Amino acid sequence: MNAQREPAPYMNPYQAGFLLGLILLMTIYITGRGLGASGAFKSVVVASVATVAPAHAAQGDFYQAAATSHSPLKAWLVFEALGLTLGAFLSGVVSHRLTWRVEHPAHVRPRTRIIAALLGGTLFGFGAMLGRGCTSGAALSGLAVLSAGGILTMAAIFGAAYGSAWFFRRLWN
Amino acid sequence: MGPFVPDIITDELNLIIGFLIGMAFGFVLEQAGFSSSKKLTGLFYGTDFTVLRVFFTAGVTAMSGVTLLSTLGMLDTKIIFIHPTFLYAALLGGAVMGLGFVMGGYCPGTAFCGAAIGKIDAIVFVLGGIVGVFLFGEAYPYLSEFYRSSAFGDLTIHSLLGMSAGQFGLILIGIAVSAFIAVGRLERWINPHGPASSFPTVSHKMAAVAILLVGVVLAIVPERTERLNRIAASETYQRQHPVKRMTADEIAFRILDKDPALQLIDIRSPEAFAKQSLPGALNIRPDEFFSKQWDDILRSRKTKVFLADNETPATTAAALASLLGYQRVAILEGGLSHFAKTILEAPSAESNQDNANQDERRFRLRAAPLLTKMISERNNLQPAKRPVKKVLGGCGI
Repeated sequence: MNAQREPAPYMNPYQAGFLLGLILLMTIYITGRGLGASGAFKSVVVASVATVAPAHAAQGDFYQAAATSHSPLKAWLVFEALGLTLGAFLSGVVSHRLTWRVEHPAHVRPRTRIIAALLGGTLFGFGAMLGRGCTSGAALSGLAVLSAGGILTMAAIFGAAYGSAWFFRRLWN
Repeated sequence: MGPFVPDIITDELNLIIGFLIGMAFGFVLEQAGFSSSKKLTGLFYGTDFTVLRVFFTAGVTAMSGVTLLSTLGMLDTKIIFIHPTFLYAALLGGAVMGLGFVMGGYCPGTAFCGAAIGKIDAIVFVLGGIVGVFLFGEAYPYLSEFYRSSAFGDLTIHSLLGMSAGQFGLILIGIAVSAFIAVGRLERWINPHGPASSFPTVSHKMAAVAILLVGVVLAIVPERTERLNRIAASETYQRQHPVKRMTADEIAFRILDKDPALQLIDIRSPEAFAKQSLPGALNIRPDEFFSKQWDDILRSRKTKVFLADNETPATTAAALASLLGYQRVAILEGGLSHFAKTILEAPSAESNQDNANQDERRFRLRAAPLLTKMISERNNLQPAKRPVKKVLGGCGI
């Protein structure tokens, strides 16, 4: 890893947003669906439960509905999420941002940050299933096709985040 | 016409496309700084509005593109995946996600980015996400009723507000540009060293003007269905593009002859069609011409004869079909009511007609009972339904 080289500056946000919008548009034009991320979590969970406890998976509507004839890991969003991770890795390589570390403000202990990340991730995973998608699948892709539910979920995500930001300010500032 | 799934692109190829799209998605997200929880949460404390800028720009770009492609007839928005609306689940799910965002510092997509460049907190967030989905799966039997309640289907925000997609698009662009200006000021005030301090203001102003102009175009140009329906119904268009008219006798003869080059298309309501329809006719409503579900019929080399009670709706339907690029269209002269009068109600035996009409009269006399029998055999025939083949998508169940 190029630890001695300074990380490159981030891309202009409007430029990045424009490129991201074109990628999303291309996705909708070619495949008829939007981008997503939390759906990959679901595939991993469904595949794991089906492997570890097949009898339990056969009972629950959630696992049954998600597991189709073929393996749940052979899903579009799983491939997309794998590509996402590789793409981000390549970006990290070209911009010299690869490092193993816990990102945390100076006054926050790494352990606190890890616990908050675990809890936050758990809430996000749960909420994404309830809302039928996350910031990518519901909010961004929903906005692109002007879905009322997607825009509503987006408002709820950012509304709740702003509403609760004050209580968690010591995690970040 | 897009999308190319499910008809043109196979499932296997689609997975490879998904992988490549994911790569581009992840690369841009990381370049934008979405691999850093500090940058992401800056949004909630006013120190860094990058997330709002990237997110809103991407949303507005994709929305403008989708609306323009739809207006140009290059994208069928009836079959693309529209994130379905379940009011309560959308609100509560969003609220839980918002809380998770502030605590965890990531959302799922950005956590993949952070994990990819070695952020251990992002890897932990991903693991937490998997735990959260598992908990949801276990709690689902208790949640399913709530999860499925307040369903509104593929509801779009513009139809909810009673406007066209383009009109709402202009409003959305206006909100986005105003938000960009407002957060730029706020960020400079809260964090003088934030991203806004080094923005190239001139090119940003030009970009804002450009996207507002796109919004105005979106709002002015009527939606494709509305536009084409209006052109097809206009007298000027119909005068300049006359449609072939087939006489009742020719249609009757071709039906009895079982002409394979003839395709009758009845555009009346399914109820009227079920009551009585001509042999071999399919019931296709003009608003179904826009989707692909009858494409094979409309694109076939047969002559498509549009049937309605009178000529006016049939002429409009034929004009619409040819506007949509379908060839060999025709209408029944005088419409179905004229057909019933001249052919089915067989002429009485009185013979005060001249010789030229004798053949016609003889034909009608013979055709009437045959056709009446064929038509009566079709009584209560329910029109064939072809549901729109929608793309499956989304992250929920």
